[in-house]
Amino acid sequence: MFRAARSSLSLFVVIGALAVLWEVVKLLGGDPSEAWTPPFQWTVASDLNMPHVWDIAASFVQPAQRNGPPLGLVLVNAGIFTFREAFGGFVFGAVLGLALAIVFVHSSLLERALVPYVVASQTVPIIAIAPVLVIWLGGGWLAVALISAYLTFFPVTIAGLRGLRSPDPRALELMRSYASSSRDVLWKVRLPAAAPYLFAAFKVAATASVVGAIIGELPSGIRDGLGGAILNFNQFYVSGPPKLWAAIIVAAIVGIGFFALVRVAETVVLRGRVAPSDA
Amino acid sequence: MTRRLAYYVPAVAVFVGVLGLWELVVRAFGIQQFLLPPPSAIAFAFVEHFDELTTVGRNTLVEAVGGLVIGGVAALVVAFATARWVTASRTLLPFAIAANSVPIIAFAPIMNNWFGILNPLSKMMVVAVLVFFPIMINTLRGLTLVDQASLELMRSYAASELAIFAKVRVPNALPYIFTALKVSATLSLIGAIVAEYFGGSRSVLGQFIITEAAFFRFANAWAAIVVASAVSIAFFLIILAIERVAIPWHASARIADSS
Amino acid sequence: MSDSIVRVRGVDKVFGAGADKTPALQHIDLEIPRGAFVSLIGPSGCGKSTLLRLIGDLTQPSAGTVEVNGKTAHRARLDRDYGMVFQAPVLFDWRTVQGNVELPLEVSAKDRSARADRAKAMLALVELTGFERRYPWQLSGGMQQRVAIARALSFEPAILLMDEPFGALDEMTRERLNIELLRIWKQTGTTIVFVTHSIPEAVFLSTHVAVMSARPGRIIELIPVDLPQPRNDLTREDERYFGFITRVRERLRGREMGRPGAAEVAAS
Repeated sequence: MFRAARSSLSLFVVIGALAVLWEVVKLLGGDPSEAWTPPFQWTVASDLNMPHVWDIAASFVQPAQRNGPPLGLVLVNAGIFTFREAFGGFVFGAVLGLALAIVFVHSSLLERALVPYVVASQTVPIIAIAPVLVIWLGGGWLAVALISAYLTFFPVTIAGLRGLRSPDPRALELMRSYASSSRDVLWKVRLPAAAPYLFAAFKVAATASVVGAIIGELPSGIRDGLGGAILNFNQFYVSGPPKLWAAIIVAAIVGIGFFALVRVAETVVLRGRVAPSDA
Repeated sequence: MTRRLAYYVPAVAVFVGVLGLWELVVRAFGIQQFLLPPPSAIAFAFVEHFDELTTVGRNTLVEAVGGLVIGGVAALVVAFATARWVTASRTLLPFAIAANSVPIIAFAPIMNNWFGILNPLSKMMVVAVLVFFPIMINTLRGLTLVDQASLELMRSYAASELAIFAKVRVPNALPYIFTALKVSATLSLIGAIVAEYFGGSRSVLGQFIITEAAFFRFANAWAAIVVASAVSIAFFLIILAIERVAIPWHASARIADSS
Repeated sequence: MSDSIVRVRGVDKVFGAGADKTPALQHIDLEIPRGAFVSLIGPSGCGKSTLLRLIGDLTQPSAGTVEVNGKTAHRARLDRDYGMVFQAPVLFDWRTVQGNVELPLEVSAKDRSARADRAKAMLALVELTGFERRYPWQLSGGMQQRVAIARALSFEPAILLMDEPFGALDEMTRERLNIELLRIWKQTGTTIVFVTHSIPEAVFLSTHVAVMSARPGRIIELIPVDLPQPRNDLTREDERYFGFITRVRERLRGREMGRPGAAEVAAS
């Protein structure tokens, strides 16, 4: 309890410090006002490029469009939409990634044949394939989830391979001495041993899936999610810079939130085992 | 030697097989170019647009490398500075990890506004922020996750903090740093391409792909995608080569840690 | 014992605080003569490693004093009077064998050629000439531990502290390294404090065996082992050698099982 309180306190301290730092930069090099003329003039710190913290905060409650709902509500809906895509992609990617790892552990031929391409797949700029996928699958959330899955499966496969191979060889020999089937070995030895590795990968994958969902929305013409919101507010940036910042903040919250969710799941599943790693 | 070659046979077989099957299916079923161009068309597009692809590829690579250098140097400076103070690095690490799960590409439009949409620096800064956190986190881990017995050994020699840093912490961090650099190499190229999506110079890989795809010239787009991953892989291999020269002693561990 | 290199007086060591307080060592008095080979033996948790670390100033006593080479343990560490060998070799992966042996010399700022000469001599002493340019992972466990010994001896420490150095090795390697260690001890004339689990190893190596008890850790008896020097494979078949083994074992057992009488003998 105490530790949770302290860590949430330090979270507020850090966010507060960032906000103060932000305003200090603006005091030093922002736009002049009636009350204060900053000693420097930095374009980066102008109201257009770095809107005041309070302007960003206020933008959440102001309507996004004339007579529309407040921006905060729009962004929360967009965040939920993107999170759904990301979660779908995460589940796809995690299942695919783990399945590949299990296959590779059991077949060195397939491992040698396919692992190089699993690695190479991550050098392909996914955003470039997104338009093609969108044409194949139609512009729905499924295409976005698949793009998200593409970024998600890789860390899971690599960590899964390592984790499934991590059991002590003597534990495997012990199972052999019981004449257990390879399915038993998988469920009773390999997967439990791989669990910490997998959770480390899931945490990376959670972040990747959100990135994938946002990237996937860009070329697919989906305007209901955060990627769409970012693209939209970017186009009308000059008329309302705080809106883009608000969208970015919500994107950051979704990313960190998903990460934290996996972290919590890890603590629950791995309780009594090693302390959760931080990555 | 022959055994090593034999190891790669299945991978090569898959490569040839998939390309052949791809070509065959596209031709046999008359799949239209805009859905999936056959490999031969992509190869043809590559040859035809070779000069343009070289130019856009080079421009994007400059953004990626520039960003990796800026972000990498900043990350190393921060990690080295904070590793000296245990409490500082312990407080910092969770926030760095949290920040690492922020979708950084969301900042691409902001960077365009900050540094000028046509200035390659705006793309470099997206890449720099993207690679900053993985490199910093890994470096900090490498500097702090040191074998306790090694520290005791140094203490028994009455070694100074500086000596411990130079002789234990830094060498211990090198493999961590290279692991992060290898990840960042591919990340930097993808980051640059995604950042290009938010506008700027037209003579870059990202814009080339988008434009060609928009006009349904998919063979050209795919040729550019191949260039992008080839550059990415080459970048990765260069860092791998530097790693082998820089930390030859790590050869034993590398086989198990090649991801 | 006028010329004692180690004087431990009235040392207590308590770990933790408040309710978690656990006494690790209680009222330890120990004098180690210069040039002696002293083994600390006892059951797990008797604090023998802690005692070794106290002597080496890697941890501080809760009460009492530790004097080494006529000064405080802290001063002795700053003067680089110690060579440490742990159960794991603790070699640096990124250094060659020679680089590892040179490490303490680098820390004490010896010049390059002197370092190289000294490292070569030390590697010759542990019979690893020809392996200078290898990396630790290219050596067997026994060879790695010999590198660790060479490293510990490289700046001619007044005292060599060894914490179960051969504990992770197989019996054959261990016996061979025991004989080698005795040869090195004779050649260098250094004092060795040696922590071990093995009764035969303690008796074979030592001039004195300190038998310890657990919870709280105390020294039951310091048994002088006056088997003839130099010791060799024949020593292991000597009848008196077995006599000493039996004596150490009985001391250990008597205390562990709390057999009445044994404790009284120890206390007297």
